[in-house]
Amino acid sequence: MAERTFGRPEALLDVPTHYCPGCHHGIIHRLVAEVIDELKVIDRTIGVASVGCSALAYDYFNVDMVQAPHGRAPAVATGVKRVHPDGVVFTYQGDGDIAAIGTAEIVHAAARGERITTIFVNNAIYGMTGGQMAPTSLVNQVTTTSPYGRKQDSAGMPIRLSEMLATLDGAKYLARVAVNNPANMAKAKAAIKKAFEIQIAGLGFSMVEVLSTCPTNWGMSAIESGTWMEKNMMPYYPLGTFRSGEEVAK
Amino acid sequence: MSEKILMKGNEAIGEAAVVAGCRHYFGYPITPQSELIEYMAKRLPQVDGVFLQAESEVAAINMVYGAASAGCRVMTSSSSPGISLKQEGISYIAGSQLPCVIVNVQRGGPGLGSIQPGQADYFQATKGGGHGDYRNIVLAPNSVQEMADITIEAFDLADKWRNAVMILGDGALGQMMEPVEFKESSSKPVEKSWAATGRRGRAKPNIVNSLYLQPDLMEKHNHVLQEKYAKIQAEETRWEALNTEDAEVIVVAYGITSRIAMTAINKARANGVKVGLFRPISLWPFPSQPLAELAKTAKAFVVFEMSAGQMVEDVRLAVNGAKPVSFHGRTGGMLPTPKELYEKIISVANGEGGK
Ligand SMILES: Cc1ncc(C[n+]2csc(CCOP(=O)(O)OP(=O)(O)O)c2C)c(N)n1
Repeated sequence: MAERTFGRPEALLDVPTHYCPGCHHGIIHRLVAEVIDELKVIDRTIGVASVGCSALAYDYFNVDMVQAPHGRAPAVATGVKRVHPDGVVFTYQGDGDIAAIGTAEIVHAAARGERITTIFVNNAIYGMTGGQMAPTSLVNQVTTTSPYGRKQDSAGMPIRLSEMLATLDGAKYLARVAVNNPANMAKAKAAIKKAFEIQIAGLGFSMVEVLSTCPTNWGMSAIESGTWMEKNMMPYYPLGTFRSGEEVAK
Repeated sequence: MSEKILMKGNEAIGEAAVVAGCRHYFGYPITPQSELIEYMAKRLPQVDGVFLQAESEVAAINMVYGAASAGCRVMTSSSSPGISLKQEGISYIAGSQLPCVIVNVQRGGPGLGSIQPGQADYFQATKGGGHGDYRNIVLAPNSVQEMADITIEAFDLADKWRNAVMILGDGALGQMMEPVEFKESSSKPVEKSWAATGRRGRAKPNIVNSLYLQPDLMEKHNHVLQEKYAKIQAEETRWEALNTEDAEVIVVAYGITSRIAMTAINKARANGVKVGLFRPISLWPFPSQPLAELAKTAKAFVVFEMSAGQMVEDVRLAVNGAKPVSFHGRTGGMLPTPKELYEKIISVANGEGGK
């Protein structure tokens, strides 16, 4: 009999998601779930969903979940973790959620070295509300609230959150990854796993920023959006590790 | 225990929370409640609790939201401007039916206002404050002892109803010192099978959520909330009535104002005026029924508040036109004097002031 080599992770429920074709949220959900399975922490994991396209993440993960107000997931996760210090607590947030309305909460959770893990999905746009400009939208990027392109002299430059948090000692692991091809997916999964391990070891705050597409609101096909991300996002948002968490070397 | 000690109201709330089994507190400094956050900073580590000074009131209420979701007894406190910042979180707490205790040591407003005592957050506390159809249980103590007793009760009520309980104090009650006794309490946290603890062997995940994208399900959820609020109204209304049996004039006042009113009432009684005090202790649910009863025997009502007239609207709804209801208020952080309240009582007793 053939050995089963691929299946649905236990930490992911067997339900269809509402994500658009070509969007990376589904892949990222799966990687997080695989990590929860591999670390065998499904029984003590508590996820915090945010406000954005992933607001319904609580319908997809097979773990206890709390749905947080827009931007406040790191504060909500702080409350959860302080009650269950042995819990494995993660937030799952978009770029508008984390880098605009919730900037204070993420900065201070990182500064406190809160033992939580943040999965930050950066698609350079507000997806859920229909494609408005995000703090991460690129210069000249056309969105519904930057119809003439994002102008630097009025909107400033896009925020590189991972680099910004790297100045904080409480942030023990910070990496930016992508899931646009199998090699990057493998690296992304390794980063997510490392981030969870840093938390479990009690070392401090960890975050993985995952570059993602938004074909619907970028107004492109799935294939075009992959190319657009490589050409436009990756040069401005270089993949890499900004805090390595070397102190947990195996 | 069981011995009277001299304490500030703010500190009494803190100690009472510890007695009630609260081991998690999240707050942000603001006058005139800072003694409370400072008390928790000192006291909670002594009982292996968690004290966290948040980066803002917005963060603090969301930490409360998280901790309450995770199943523990949790408290936050602030004063007027900070309570305004907490409103979004309070609405989520209502929508997700989470138990917690929120203390508002009110000061004068609006805006940055003053740092002296106020009662101008009555509307915000009792009529919603945040968005959506929801109610907080709102309790208004009028002494340091009652601040302690009500705090312990607040944790029990929060757990019993899976609802936020707001303790509505003011800068005077928070700052003044009175003897207080912490009685042995049977209050203890209850089992919360709905909490997000991690599944820990449970077959299905627990989800704490207030999002219902389908309007029919959202309405159904609202019906569940409204049924709960109706039960709370039926079971948890609290008030105190002093010298009201034979009273022709009923003074309605809560919190520190009721203490000042009592001085004026005693003086008026001494001068032969039949006047009594009706003191709402639960501001929501508001004690409308007992007030309506009093409207059958009393000739007139007068409402004293440290606001431009907020609770007076609920009194008028309760009395429903049966008798005249007049009002006297001070604002901005000014306390009324016993003399001005006495004069108002006399003018109402003489049939002046009418509506
Ligand atoms: C307080 C508040 N303000 C605004 C909104 C509306 N809103 C919902 S999702 C969203 C943007 C989310 O964008 P992002 O975080 O980038 O996530 P994405 O949808 O792209 O995954 C906004 C502004 C809200 N729900 N709450």
